[in-house]
This record gives sequence, C-alpha cells and structure tokens, in this order.
Amino acid sequence: MAKTITIDGVNIPYEEGQTIIEAATTAGIYIPHLCHHPEFTPHGSCKLCTVKVNGRNCSACTFPAMEGQEVINNAKDLNDDRQKITQMLFVEGNHFCPSCEKTGNCQLQAVAYHLNMLDDHFPLFYQHREMDASHADILIDHNRCIFCTLCVRASHAHDGKDVFAISGRGINKHLIVNSESGLLKDTNMAATDKAAHICPTGAILIKHTAYQVPIGERLYDHQQIDQVSLNTELVDHDK
Amino acid sequence: MYEHLETADNTENLKRVVVEPVSRVEGHGKVTLLLDEDNKVKQARLHIVEFRGFERFIQGRPYWELPVLVQRLCGICPVSHHLAAAKAIDQLVGIDPVNLPIAADKLRRLLHFGQVLQSHALHFFHLSSPDLLFGFESEISKRSIIAVIESYPDLAVQGVMLRKYGQEVIRMVSGKRIHGTGAIPGGMNKSLTKEERDYLRKDIEQIISWGVASVALIKKVHCSNLPYYDDFATIRSNYLGLTKPDGALELYHGGIRAKNAQGETIMDHVDYCKYNDFIHEEVRSWTYMKFPYLLSMGQEDGWYRVGPLARVNNCDYIDTPLAELERVDFKAHSNEVMVHSTLAFHWARLIELLHCAESIKTLLNDPDILSQDLVAKGEKRYEGVGVIEAPRGTLFHHYQVDENDIVTKANLIVSTTSNNMAMNESVRQVAAEYLSGQELTEPLLNNLEVAIRAYDPCLSCATHAMGKMPLQLELINADGQLIDKLVKGSNGHINRIANA
Ligand code: SF4
Ligand code: FES
Repeated sequence: MAKTITIDGVNIPYEEGQTIIEAATTAGIYIPHLCHHPEFTPHGSCKLCTVKVNGRNCSACTFPAMEGQEVINNAKDLNDDRQKITQMLFVEGNHFCPSCEKTGNCQLQAVAYHLNMLDDHFPLFYQHREMDASHADILIDHNRCIFCTLCVRASHAHDGKDVFAISGRGINKHLIVNSESGLLKDTNMAATDKAAHICPTGAILIKHTAYQVPIGERLYDHQQIDQVSLNTELVDHDK
Repeated sequence: MYEHLETADNTENLKRVVVEPVSRVEGHGKVTLLLDEDNKVKQARLHIVEFRGFERFIQGRPYWELPVLVQRLCGICPVSHHLAAAKAIDQLVGIDPVNLPIAADKLRRLLHFGQVLQSHALHFFHLSSPDLLFGFESEISKRSIIAVIESYPDLAVQGVMLRKYGQEVIRMVSGKRIHGTGAIPGGMNKSLTKEERDYLRKDIEQIISWGVASVALIKKVHCSNLPYYDDFATIRSNYLGLTKPDGALELYHGGIRAKNAQGETIMDHVDYCKYNDFIHEEVRSWTYMKFPYLLSMGQEDGWYRVGPLARVNNCDYIDTPLAELERVDFKAHSNEVMVHSTLAFHWARLIELLHCAESIKTLLNDPDILSQDLVAKGEKRYEGVGVIEAPRGTLFHHYQVDENDIVTKANLIVSTTSNNMAMNESVRQVAAEYLSGQELTEPLLNNLEVAIRAYDPCLSCATHAMGKMPLQLELINADGQLIDKLVKGSNGHINRIANA
C-alpha cells in the first residue's frame, strides 16, 4: 500500500525520499514558494513554503515526507505570515512593478497577488544598489535580488560554471559574480545558460527582450501562480 | 501689453493672494496675485512647481524600459510619453521613422489617435464644459460635471462614451486602458486581431457623429458671445508644432513648423532631432518651470504656444473631410490670419477630436494593422530624439545612452512647459482686465482658472509631485505673512480660515 501523508486533511501518497513540497506538487497541491525549484537542491531560505507538520513549523521544500504526517498548508495564519514575508522582500529591495520589465512574468509579483498582498505595509528601505549592465546580453539589476540562490545553484549544477555566489550577511548580503573585476562581462556567463533564465524576479534579465510579450500573453495574465506552478513543475518533477 | 505686471516696482505694500492648486486642472498650480492696498492687481504669476525628477528616474536605467517608465511620470497623457520615448529609442536601435515597419507605424498612430480622442473628450466634457455651458461666474454648484449631467444628460453621456471609446482603442493596441505596453524599440509588440478591429469598428460611425456634434456645440457656445470668447485671456503669440510634409495637420510624426502672430512662417519642415539648435529654455528665479523660446527671435519675443490652437492655426489643411470643413469655418470666424483667442483652444481641440475619430476609422479599414511584420532593427546608436504632438502640444524626449545600453542623459520638454509663457501672459491679461479693483471672490478667481484651463495644462505631468496637495487660497502680505487662507475642498466648497 502506498505511503501517505495528509495535507489540509486530504490523504496524498508520497514516495520515499520526497520532500513535502514534492509530494504536494505531484498530488496537485500548491504550496507557495520562491527559492524552491524542482531541478535543484533545496535551499530553504525564503520560508514562504512554511507549513505546519504535526503542529510544528517546517519548510516544505526541505522537510522529507514521512508516514503519518498531518500537514497544514492553506491556513489563514500561515498565509498571513507568508504575506508578511513577501512584504518584507518587497521593502528590502526596490521592486517597482509598474516600470519593471518582468511584470506579468514575475514570480515574486505573482506570489504577492496570490497572497492578496495589497500594499508594502512596512516602510521601504530604499536601498541603493548598483546595476551591472556590462554584459552584452545579460543585465543584473541588484535592486530586485531576493537572494534565493537559484542562479547560484543553476550556474553550478546545470551550467557547470559557478558564475554566482552570495556574499555578506544579514542586511549586507549581496550577489557577487566570479570575476576579478566583479563585472558580469568578465565571467564566462552566456545568455543561453540556465542561470540567465531562472531568476524568480527581475534581477537577471536577457537584454533587448523587454516588453516583447504583449499584455494578455504573459505568464500570469490568465492564470495565478498556483496553477502555473503546478503545470510547469509537475513536468519538471517527472523528468 | 501686460508685461509691466510681471514684476511690480514696489512690492512693500502689496498683499499676496495665492490660489493653489488651480482646481480641476489635474495637478498643482498656484496663482499669485500681488495686490496693492486697493485690491488692484499689481503682479500676476503662475507658479508651477516643476518636479525636477524626470532625469533622476531615468538616468541609470536601461533604455528599453523608457517607454514604460516615462509614462508613469505623467498620469494624464501616458500614451504620449510612451510614444515620444518609443520614437527616441527607435533611433537607439538604428531605426528612423521611415524605417519603422508600416504596421508598427500605423498601430502607433491608432494608439495615439485613441489617446488624443480620450484626452480631448475628458478635457472638454469633464473639465471645461461646466464653465462653458453655465458661464465662468456661475455658482459653485453648477460648476461641476454633475450639473452638466443634470442639465444636459445627452451631452454628458456623449462625453463619457467618447472618452471610453478612446480608452478602448488604447486597450486594444497596448493591452490596457492606461499604462499598457505596445511600443518596443523598433516597432510594436502586437498587432490587432480581426476580432479586436471589428470590436472597434462597430462604434466608430457613432463616435464620428458625436465628434461632429461636439464641434457644433462649441462653435455655438463660442459664437453666441463672440466678443467675449474672442477677447477673454487672448494674447497674440507665435505658434509651434509638427505638420506633415505637405503642410497637413499631423499628430504623430512630422517636421517642425512655427508661425508668428501674423501667420508668417518662422521655420518649416525642420528636423526635430535638431531642436537644441533653435529652442532654448530660459530659467527665471521665481519658478522651477522653464520658459522655452525660439532662439532666432530672442527671449523677449520668441515664446510660442503649442497644442490644439497652435496646430489648427499652423496647418494648411486637415486630411480628413469633416474636420477640414470645421477648420475652414474656424479660421473664417476670425478676421485675422491666425486665431489668437485663448478660449478658441476649446474649439480647436474639438476639431482635433473629430479628426481623431475620422482617422481611427481610416486606420480600422486598413489591413496593415493586422500585419505581423512589427519590428525592425538596425545599427546601435547612442542618442535619440523623439517628438510627438501630445494632446496638449509638442512633446520632446531626448536621450543619450552608453555602450552598456544605460541612459546617461535625458531631457524632456513637455507641452505645458512650452505653453508656460503663454499661460502667464493669459493670467496677467485676465488679472488686469477682470480682477483689478474688485473684491476677491471665488467666481473671479475662477476666471483665472478658466484662462489656465483653456490650455489644458498637464500640471501633474510637468510637476509630477508625489502625494496630494490640498486646494488652498492664501492671502499673504508683502512681508510674507499669511493673513488669510481659503481652503477649497474636493466638493468645491471654500472654507475661509481666518487669521491663519
Ligand atoms: S539574482 Fe535572482 S536568482 Fe539570483 S539570487 Fe537574486 S533573486 Fe535569486
Ligand atoms: S521555498 Fe522553501 S524556503 Fe523558499
């Protein structure tokens, strides 16, 4: 008999070695997340995927599914906390959706909509972060980095390049690139790299492609992130 | 004629009356009247707190963000900024207007006609018709769109529908009613589907007929009291704007034409990329807003008006038949070559509204707007200038970028800045003629607002200030003391705050 856990009272099967989020996705249940990506080792840093497992808070992207778990996912208190976390991400960087070219295709924006975030709530930090436009084909706008490390992981595990790393701690945390000059143009990064396409916000962008997708045809124009996420990640899980 | 009023000789014994902001202009304006002890207007100035933030917002950003970024600077005619920036960044990817794919050119024109239509409809029906229909000194309760709806329900409905139609054109082309996308470097990101085109086509005849009715209405209003309409706030000025190569009215792309008050040509078919060679911007100590003027005529005489009045005055003809008939009528009503009446802005505006409606129809019948050939690309350049005839007049966008595609320099001249000197002149005119020697009352102050409003200034565009400003009138004496204060609520009621 298949092993099962329950999520919000629903019995779902899991396979040995799956995390809770993987089991949930396979069963068609969306757990909000930003730093999780099915292709890469979990990082467990954004805490958006926090669920209650038998009464205890756990990150669903790192916590293994185990027999007898009663998981609470879609609950008001959890979603309230997720909304607060998202608001903190917004105020910590400079996320101005109206003039950002990622709008409509951005996971951060989409998750904010999903969590019904209507304002920033917290005062903006107005961080001053530089842009790195040195690369001919790729732009890094550090203002929008949420330190999910997906580019770090993708460059390492997929591209075999180690272009990115996170340096510094706490509020001084920042994304660095692997070159003497500190500029992207002096790394071996290419626009075809996985790392150039994985950023969940508008921090890493392919130059000269802005606004080419008209309104109405963007990723989140017709479906919310839960649906989009289940559609795409289920495919990835099965790979 | 009224220049002596700009700076009074002796300001010690003057009282200062401040009207702030001018109500029903969507932004902040402040009229300062320095009064002497007999309540005679000695000095009149229109202050516009220009928010010098354009450049700061733009500098350091990649150029392809510009069309979307700049439209956020102005809540009033975002599409015009979108398109002026797009024209400039076309050049950064090596595309001059002649090389833009035909479909992209026509879609942008369609978008622009939609914008001008909705903007002109908004201005006339929502902001100005209460004054024009009920008189400038009518009681407060009549000076709102609500009163128009009650007294002229059909007219109010037409205004709403005309505006809505313009917004629908914008939505179909750019994806949203406001702040859509649409223009990208070297072209457009989508064409119209057949369904979208047919959706717009089904109402266009109605829109044109309402356009005709609007012009008939304003003509009737204007001609019903010709001496008043022709004289109120009227100034003789130069006029500047784009025209087509054959001299026809043009809103999207053309050469610069300027004429003087006698209708003589100052310049014609000039390449706007060289605007810096013939337009300078003067700075004055009492306002942040600059005063552009034609270099060849000098600071004193070189100021000019832009916008509907300038365009309809300047052009040789209009290439849509109904609007052309109206243009001929418009010119014929005046016994001068150029129509100088400031209130004739309204008339010219509605002729343009009709022209937009007719032009939209032409484009909707053009199969090119369905084409998928939408983007062109050439050699990268480091500088681009885009100029367009926005609803309120000629709008200049000028950018420089570095080798990493980042904007290093930006300069914008918005229409309201071009009309700055003219608005000051009109304010002075009204102040001298209508307010001198009278007790200050709200209807009288409204005359000043009416003069400014005729220009349809996008004050929140030229002065894009964050947050809200309460509407207030302040009485400040020559020592800078606030001795009285009138606060105008959003309902139009005025509270006097004694001994403020
Ligand atoms: S640049 Fe993007 S992918 Fe990389 S850490 Fe920042 S947010 Fe994550
Ligand atoms: S998705 Fe689990 S901590 Fe980020």
